[in-house]
Amino acid sequence: MSVLDRWLPPRARSVLLTPILVNNPIAVQVLGICSALAVTTRIDKALVMGAAVILVAAAANLAVSLVRNYTPGSIRIIVQLAIIASLVIMVDQFLKAYLFELSLELSVFVGLIITNCIVMGRAEGFAMQNPPWPSFLDGVGNGLGYALVLLLVAFVRELTGAGRVLGFTVLPLVSDGGWYEGNGLMLLAPSALFIVGLLIWALREWKPELQEKD
Amino acid sequence: MEHYANLLVRSIFLENMALVYFLGMCSYLACSKKVETALGLGIAVVFVQTLTVPLNNLLLRYLLSDGALGWLSPALAGVNLNFLAFIVFIATIAAAVQVVEMMVDRFAPGLYSTLGVFLPLIAVNCVILGGSLFMQERDYTFTESVVFGFGSGLGFAIALVALAAIRERMTYSNVPGGLRGLGITFIATGLMSLAFMMFSGIQI
Repeated sequence: MSVLDRWLPPRARSVLLTPILVNNPIAVQVLGICSALAVTTRIDKALVMGAAVILVAAAANLAVSLVRNYTPGSIRIIVQLAIIASLVIMVDQFLKAYLFELSLELSVFVGLIITNCIVMGRAEGFAMQNPPWPSFLDGVGNGLGYALVLLLVAFVRELTGAGRVLGFTVLPLVSDGGWYEGNGLMLLAPSALFIVGLLIWALREWKPELQEKD
Repeated sequence: MEHYANLLVRSIFLENMALVYFLGMCSYLACSKKVETALGLGIAVVFVQTLTVPLNNLLLRYLLSDGALGWLSPALAGVNLNFLAFIVFIATIAAAVQVVEMMVDRFAPGLYSTLGVFLPLIAVNCVILGGSLFMQERDYTFTESVVFGFGSGLGFAIALVALAAIRERMTYSNVPGGLRGLGITFIATGLMSLAFMMFSGIQI
């Protein structure tokens, strides 16, 4: 048995990989849109936010799963909230210490990971019934699925809005002597909604079984 | 007075929680199929928001901020518990929602049967926590936090009811299969958000 099979048997592999594309938390499960859209004006913001959610989702799933047999059902939501809030506090303190500029721009959205439906939803829906290791993988997978959509939206917005990718100029703007006229709408809030809406449309044309019947 | 009126208008329209900051999107999308449910959730949000933002403001002022414990004893004046803000806020919100739920059940059973399902849901709504976090970030005074709490809740409620009305009408239109439901709701929200941008720059 190889090392890969030891730690990632086929079932665990599917737990890790399905949320990334097939069962994407944002596009399919409709979780975690709350804090997702406002941080996608630039790729570096989306990157940090995605990393923070992967970290919190994985660690929260792990911790919730570890205490799942000792948690009385009636207070489980409070227990989950306390675990998640402590993790988010750590992430926030870390960002404030090492990436201060970025943490100012992300402002309240790091704190809002606490109420991010992905983290709560996976803790309640998966980690409460499963052992620690699959729960951890589920957290990583869902975090990755979230980060993927975030990066995609941020890429489109930064490229078409400011002509840059990750801060490097790709399409020189007219205002800087180039040829590309930046699309100001892409830097405003509504464009994120349009892009995600179109993304969902594309996904559901590709996979018709996801379409809503009503 | 002008300052507060300005803050109110700004929190309702210019800095609309749902359409500008995208907070509470999950319940915004899930509870906007019918105007009636949207109205129920909207009222509950206004109610809880007006209560929790000022409450968290007091906690921040007298417990958490730098040197805030000075009123207990001079020895504690150097303590800064600011890093605990997230966990205190979420605990306050969960507790406040519980208390509000019991009080509404006791004194206004009619309202309770309308709001019943939504009240517990609100504890994990990003609008509520977001309101408290914005209050902390912008350093509002107590009166400002009352006005901001009410305004931001009302703004969310207005956006929610408006979207529900649009979606009720949309059941009669022929939407492409893949866009039906969630997709078209996103596009509609985007257009509403665009419309709300015309309020920017308003000063009273």
